[in-house]
Amino acid sequence: MSKNLASPDETTSNIELDLLLEAIFRKYGYDFRDYSRAHVKRRLYSRIKQHELQSFSQLQHLLLYDEQTFQEVLRGLSINVTEMFRDPAFYAKMRTEVIPLLKTYPYLKIWHAGCSTGEEVYSFAILLHEEGLYERSQIYATDFNTDVLETAKRGIYPTSRIKEYTMNYQEAGGKNSFSNYYTARYDNVIFDASLKKNIVFAEHNLVTDSVFAEAHLIICRNVLIYFNRSLQNKVLQLFSESLIKGGFLGLGSKENILFSPIENSYKTIDGEQKIYQKKFI
Amino acid sequence: MPYQAIVIGSSAGGLHALKIIISGFSASFDTPIIVTQHLSPNSDNYLVQFLNQFTQLTVKEADEKEVILRGYVYIAPPNFHLLVEEDFTLSLNVEEKVNFARPSIDVLFETAAEAYKNQLIGIILTGANHDGAKGIARIKQKGGYTIAQSPDTAEAAAMPQAAINTGFVDQILKLEDIPVFLNKICKSKV
Repeated sequence: MSKNLASPDETTSNIELDLLLEAIFRKYGYDFRDYSRAHVKRRLYSRIKQHELQSFSQLQHLLLYDEQTFQEVLRGLSINVTEMFRDPAFYAKMRTEVIPLLKTYPYLKIWHAGCSTGEEVYSFAILLHEEGLYERSQIYATDFNTDVLETAKRGIYPTSRIKEYTMNYQEAGGKNSFSNYYTARYDNVIFDASLKKNIVFAEHNLVTDSVFAEAHLIICRNVLIYFNRSLQNKVLQLFSESLIKGGFLGLGSKENILFSPIENSYKTIDGEQKIYQKKFI
Repeated sequence: MPYQAIVIGSSAGGLHALKIIISGFSASFDTPIIVTQHLSPNSDNYLVQFLNQFTQLTVKEADEKEVILRGYVYIAPPNFHLLVEEDFTLSLNVEEKVNFARPSIDVLFETAAEAYKNQLIGIILTGANHDGAKGIARIKQKGGYTIAQSPDTAEAAAMPQAAINTGFVDQILKLEDIPVFLNKICKSKV
């Protein structure tokens, strides 16, 4: 839609923000144009303050000519707040409602989209292990941020959070002692190599990259909330094309497929935990 | 220009303070209200049920991408930041805590100020921290109207005091006087 010059709500800072996001996309290929505007604006404001700049235009100039600045901005736009067995009830439902159906497949492809630093990928790997499914699973864990993928690959996390994770694990219906899955060294724990062997960590951008795999299950939690409605719909379509018929989709607790174009192609497995199944026909 | 929305930030002692405000509106009052009350990450929706008893407005937990409507009071869900988009819809996110809080009052106020500009009223109520002070400043800078509960009527004085200390508060009001004032300056759209 073309913008009218006389449009009263078109403030200078909005013009600058549009141009900045366009510049990032054209120069570096990362597309934030359809992210939640309020979110992006807030994150970029704090970057402007940090660099003691006056406007988005100045930031645009800086990051077009200095890739370091762009990398910083990119990190600032990537949200990496996560935890192991985050929302334990989600994992508990997965265990009782989805796992029994996944057990009917000879092999499984699972896609964790927007995996961040990997805590939720290892959580699900533990669940698969306890349900006897890990050995026949291939897990693809993707994110657009290569820094967080490095952390995810290492599988090393601070000991300070283990108490909280252990409680989450138990609430999620864990069958063993959580400490069976990691080795503690000073301030860190490292997760067992056996949990990693079927996980492939790879760079993938939900906004600009294409269909991923014939997946049996896609888990993408607390990623869509950063997008505007049209980008949410586009990514849900991408998931739909990546899932097999009868495949499952698990979203974050405040995300859903209601009012999206894929709504009618899915059956709700658990409305509260946002677990859906693609219909066979 | 009529005010299009009211944002309220509250923390320690907020339950009582919100009740006093929400129960004090006249029958015709329908300006949308968006509230960030600091909550424990695991709390249920008690606050929503509690506040609904005292008003003919509809109090509800804010949903992702929800359109902001007159006659509604939106409450930030526990463990999510609540943001206002420039198309007057609500967004939720789980970015880092701000001022040790999620939801953070600053996040709500700063984004609401961008969206509503001079058609916004921002109110800081009782609390034992300084969340919301930056947000109050942003609302004022965008031409909105800012109110702080008078610290001596607040269960915890630090938060309204921090807002007042920014120099961007238009009026300091006793808790009971806040709804009276809002009834006066928020004309309902007929």
